[in-house]
Amino acid sequence: MSDTPRRSSGPGRLLIAVYAVFALSASARAGVQIATSFDEAPLAYLLSAFAALVYVVATVALARPGPKARRVALTAVTVELIGVLTVGTITAFDPGDFPDDTVWSLYGRGYGFVPLVLPVLGLLWLRRTRDTEGASGRP
Amino acid sequence: MVAVVDWAVIVASLAYAAWALVAVVRNQAPREPYVIGAGVVELLILIQVVVAIVLMIVDGTPDETATFIGYLLMNLLIVPLGLFWALAEKSRWGTSVLVVAALVVPVLVVRMQQIWDAGAA
Repeated sequence: MSDTPRRSSGPGRLLIAVYAVFALSASARAGVQIATSFDEAPLAYLLSAFAALVYVVATVALARPGPKARRVALTAVTVELIGVLTVGTITAFDPGDFPDDTVWSLYGRGYGFVPLVLPVLGLLWLRRTRDTEGASGRP
Repeated sequence: MVAVVDWAVIVASLAYAAWALVAVVRNQAPREPYVIGAGVVELLILIQVVVAIVLMIVDGTPDETATFIGYLLMNLLIVPLGLFWALAEKSRWGTSVLVVAALVVPVLVVRMQQIWDAGAA
């Protein structure tokens, strides 16, 4: 009755799947960029790698049960939101700093703004599933 | 890249996504036909991968070889991974994972075509 959904079931299933797609594609992209042309835009490529890492951590933490994983997920998704807002704003006003695109450039426009929407949904979902770990039921 | 193969993969994955989307709207969990359908899409992707590898050996590689191969590998993985993740969830949300996985495929194919054609131009 007062069941809050498990983090990896219901809509969470879809959310984690989308996170996994971003983790996979961002990692692949960052890996190629750093391996083949790191000198061209080191800052952008390091940022790509950082974004990839955040997506990987968020994906795994969201998928795993337990309060510890939840805290990790919360941190990763928050960092993701701050990242996409910061990089999005910088690239919108002063694109010179990032000659090559990252996932977060222009608020993730290259990816249909999904990078901007995803952390918001992630935070909402973490809130919805807050009581799942059985610490204590919602009052 | 061979246009016929590319289009077969694009059409099949889009059709599959639409089919799975109907199941999501009807509130259905992933069922056996969707596993078979995913197998058909995966088979076409496998053919595309083999064709691409043969072409790369015969005609030479596209400019962004590493990226191209990355996309090729991801395309190969996305449907089985999606299926694996979808089947553990016995609700419409499981089926929705299939929609997402199937929609990633045409995006990757178009990106691969762009990389391939950039080399040919």
